Amino acid sequence: MRLPLEWLNDYVDISDISVEELQAKLFSCGFEVEEVIEVGKDISNVVVGEVVSCEDIEGTHLHLCKVNCGKHGEFQICCGADNVKTGVKVPCALVGATVLATGSDHKTVEGVMTIKAGKLRGYDSFGMLCSGTEIGVTEEMYKGAEYDGLLILDNDLENGLDIKPIVGLDSVIFDIGVTANRPDCQSILGLAREVAAVLNKPLKMPNLTYKTEDIETSSKLSVEVLDTELCPRYVASYVYDIKIGPSPKWMQKRLSLMGLNSINNIVDITNFVLMEIGQPMHSFDYDLLKGGKLVIRRAGDKEKITTLDDKEFELDNNCLVICDEDAPQCLAGIMGGKSSSIDENTKTVVFESAMFKRDNIRKTSRALGKRSDSSSRFEKGTDAYLAKLGAERALALISELGVGKIASNYLDVNSVDLAPQVLETKISKINGVLGIEVPTDVITDILTRLGFGLDICGDDIKITVPLYRDDIEGYPDIAEEIIRMYGYDNIVDTLLDKASITVGGLTKEQRDMDIAKNYFVSQGFSEAITYSFVSEKEYEIFNLDKDSDEYRFVKLLNPLGEDLSVMRTSLVPSIARIIVNNLNKKNLSGRIFEFAKKYKPKALPLEELPNEEMCIALGMFGDNEDFFTMKGVVNGLLQAIHATFKVDFRKCDKPFMHPTRSANVYFGNKEIGFIGELHPVVAEKLGTDKRIYVGEIYYHLISAMLNKKLIFKPYGKYPTVERDLALVAKKEVTHGEIERSIKKLSDKSLISVELFDIYEGGKLLEEGKKSMAYHLVFSLLDRSLTQEEVETNISKILDGLKKQGIELR
Amino acid sequence: MQEKISNIKALAINDINLAKDLKELFDVKVKYLGKNGSVTELMKGMKDIPKEDRPQFGKIVNDLRVEIENEFNAREVVLKEEERLKTFEKEAIDITLPGKSNEIGSLHPITLVKNELINAFLGLGFEIFEGPEIEEDYYNFKMLNIPEDHPARDMQDTFYFNPNILLRTQTSAGQVRVMLDKKPPIKVLSPGKVYRSDDDASHSPMFHQMEGLVVDKGITLCDLKGTLDEFVKIIFGKDTKTRLRPSYFPFTEPSVEVDVSCSECHGKGCKLCKGTGWIEILGAGIVNKKVLEGCGIDPEVYSGYAFGMGIERIAILKYKIPDIRLFFENDVRFLKQFK
Repeated sequence: MRLPLEWLNDYVDISDISVEELQAKLFSCGFEVEEVIEVGKDISNVVVGEVVSCEDIEGTHLHLCKVNCGKHGEFQICCGADNVKTGVKVPCALVGATVLATGSDHKTVEGVMTIKAGKLRGYDSFGMLCSGTEIGVTEEMYKGAEYDGLLILDNDLENGLDIKPIVGLDSVIFDIGVTANRPDCQSILGLAREVAAVLNKPLKMPNLTYKTEDIETSSKLSVEVLDTELCPRYVASYVYDIKIGPSPKWMQKRLSLMGLNSINNIVDITNFVLMEIGQPMHSFDYDLLKGGKLVIRRAGDKEKITTLDDKEFELDNNCLVICDEDAPQCLAGIMGGKSSSIDENTKTVVFESAMFKRDNIRKTSRALGKRSDSSSRFEKGTDAYLAKLGAERALALISELGVGKIASNYLDVNSVDLAPQVLETKISKINGVLGIEVPTDVITDILTRLGFGLDICGDDIKITVPLYRDDIEGYPDIAEEIIRMYGYDNIVDTLLDKASITVGGLTKEQRDMDIAKNYFVSQGFSEAITYSFVSEKEYEIFNLDKDSDEYRFVKLLNPLGEDLSVMRTSLVPSIARIIVNNLNKKNLSGRIFEFAKKYKPKALPLEELPNEEMCIALGMFGDNEDFFTMKGVVNGLLQAIHATFKVDFRKCDKPFMHPTRSANVYFGNKEIGFIGELHPVVAEKLGTDKRIYVGEIYYHLISAMLNKKLIFKPYGKYPTVERDLALVAKKEVTHGEIERSIKKLSDKSLISVELFDIYEGGKLLEEGKKSMAYHLVFSLLDRSLTQEEVETNISKILDGLKKQGIELR
Repeated sequence: MQEKISNIKALAINDINLAKDLKELFDVKVKYLGKNGSVTELMKGMKDIPKEDRPQFGKIVNDLRVEIENEFNAREVVLKEEERLKTFEKEAIDITLPGKSNEIGSLHPITLVKNELINAFLGLGFEIFEGPEIEEDYYNFKMLNIPEDHPARDMQDTFYFNPNILLRTQTSAGQVRVMLDKKPPIKVLSPGKVYRSDDDASHSPMFHQMEGLVVDKGITLCDLKGTLDEFVKIIFGKDTKTRLRPSYFPFTEPSVEVDVSCSECHGKGCKLCKGTGWIEILGAGIVNKKVLEGCGIDPEVYSGYAFGMGIERIAILKYKIPDIRLFFENDVRFLKQFK
């Protein structure tokens, strides 16, 4: 909300307080000044100059002028403007002045420049005569400022006067952040009330008196509100003998400070009231309304209106309209209709000052894609009290400006209970929210300053809430009112002194996850965080079938773009992208993990919340990585989190993984993840020819199984017997199969099997065979093994292996 | 004879001292004490000695042997030490060469800050609750006193799946789930991902928040300030000051913004704090009566406070990270810095 300080000063005397101090006071009571706009801060040393002589410089468009700058002296200045002539008064930038530098179009501001004495075409020039643009003055601020040439000033100005106050360059405007609970402060008057309270100064209300004629409004106009829910209050006044014309300078300036253009006196009055009081208004041309009546009702289905900016809208039953006898004349709270809009020929006007329900305005405005100053004000919320205040202020301005005659007794259709809210509570309750004892006289002072009525009897307090404070609902709101004025510095630090002791702490699942994360860090992994939403196209790149599980995703209705539209059902695309991005940036190796959720809908379309499944994504790249480094990481993870279950690695069925260098990870018959090399075709589509390793562990499936109780197990004190076996098998036989067979064939004395060498090819082996060397350790818990026992066991193992085509080398 | 013995002794001591290394010393040992050594030879001459002189002779020769052995042992200690020093010299390594271990990885800065925040509060008896990211309008808005027509909905641009299901815009959604599920005393931290449709240098469509909620008898604004003051000191250093100022959130009343004194300029005013000396880090307040009531907690008996902060914001301030997008680019040169 813009707050010009000169306007504020009309209602609260702020002449004795600095800009900084005022800013700090507003900040302390909850109104942050987001920007201090000093209108003419870049302009200095520009004064009123009278051109006393002006001669053409031959062969150029320049003029050689003598300019009288009063007490500053008379200067020779070269000027190229086409409207320079003897006798005019113009802004004259003295040597050393700062003005805006403009581009070759004379309109685009390119910075600030300092005026120096110089020579043009051989003629000395001591200063510069300025256009409106060059000193940052717009047409709203000073008539003629838009002209592409000098800004011609009023002829009765004294030479040498500082130009800034004359053209409105001395204004300071606060841009204030008003929180959503304070719609009453969406106006100059509303903010003035706060300033008066915080400075403890009287508030001067704007003039609300006006002279009325004998004509009764009701004799000319009737108002019928058919939907009191959407329109709780409607005030209509009848003003005739209107003299449409420009509004006075002071009003134009005020509007320009708010960033509004002046249109004509009637429109300007409605805009002025919106800014000053915060009440949106509308003016109908009475003579264009049929039947002398206004009906406020919901629009019929497909009913149409053309707004005053010539746009046609098709309405429905959710839209509120103001109609005459025949048709909608106004889209309530949003914009007037063209057919009854005022123009220079308007003689009679109906001013509307109404309260419309904020969410209805909001919905209609959204649905039609039509916004206005009025609709955005209504969306923030107005109150019934404001509708009357706005109407009276507009009439007072009509009267003050003498631009129309006012019929007596405006029409006021009101369904709101205008009795102020009375809160009965206890001072101890208010202090109970704050945790400190605010002295009762301080409470009284603050609430009185804020316009609350008070009746205190011991601990009991009866509070009459001002009509404009719809946000006050109970004692916590009162506590807030008091502390924001009393000062938050008065709050002391206590550390839950009265609260119960609670144990708190992390759950087992939360601790396990920390352990897992720390394990990855110890293995050289950096934790990544990627967006939960991805592009649908990603699924095609990853070769996924439309019928696949991954394709069952939920989609945002309003994503920021297609790239961020689908809630991911796999983490691998994200992790693979990170790797490729890193490779492209010449980060040639790395290990990355992410703990994140996959979102799996229970049913589509979404009816209830989807399952959110916590998963670990793994990514490894660089010359030292292969399938086995990743497999090792997974085995290590299971140890780190004390998994009691064993997993096995089987052929991977994922279409985006390398068909022979990847594996699904199983616990029993449950798939709990997959790891391995990304399919080279997918990698290529992502933009790399390097081998990259990715994987996913479905952490949500394993976290519940992490329940190992650490209990000491005795280990054998009897000597172990160790044997190495070099076995020859067909190439297709896997280590997993051999290891399983050895374990199965041995008696219970076998305590470990370890593969220590693989040998393929070479002259010593038959074609298609390989040699696998195992280190076997035998021991018993209760006694020493005999040589014989071991030999028997080993022959049993070897015999068994032989039957499977695996022989001792 | 006496002369002969003295002679052998002198020769032996001389030879021992001349031995340059253990091998030479061993040769000397053999020369005198070995099977055919001079001392052994002397002993062999025993048979030529008259019987009555033999004990005397034996003692003299034995003394000689012991004396030589002592000399020998002493010399051996010296030579062994010399040899060891030589070996050390030979084994010398460049201790500045890199160590052999796999490179350690790193937690994401968001996790680091999250863990630090959690640790700061665990000691006060807080527990952790993580609600769903895809959330119902009911928990994210309605139960937090943000009805459908409320302008506060405009404060947060929301991603929707359908009119009732959305990506949570705030971890406060979890507050409601906790209060519906548990009876006071409640002390909960709720960290997690949140989503708003915003994307620029200071906003990311996905970011992280940490919500704190305490509900018990007699909880006041002073408790909120005291708690936040403690936490701010843990995160930003013990000289950090806290400031509350009025604000508005639909689910708290009174509501405050919490500022901390600028870590860069200590309140003098600098670029980081835009000259104010203070940096806004979180929003907080006393839990709105309506929210408690909605969750079946009697506001006449219980009160509570809640606070919510952006974890990225804290990380940006703590680690001086210039752009929020760096968190999600996952460049390993960024990630590896947080070891």
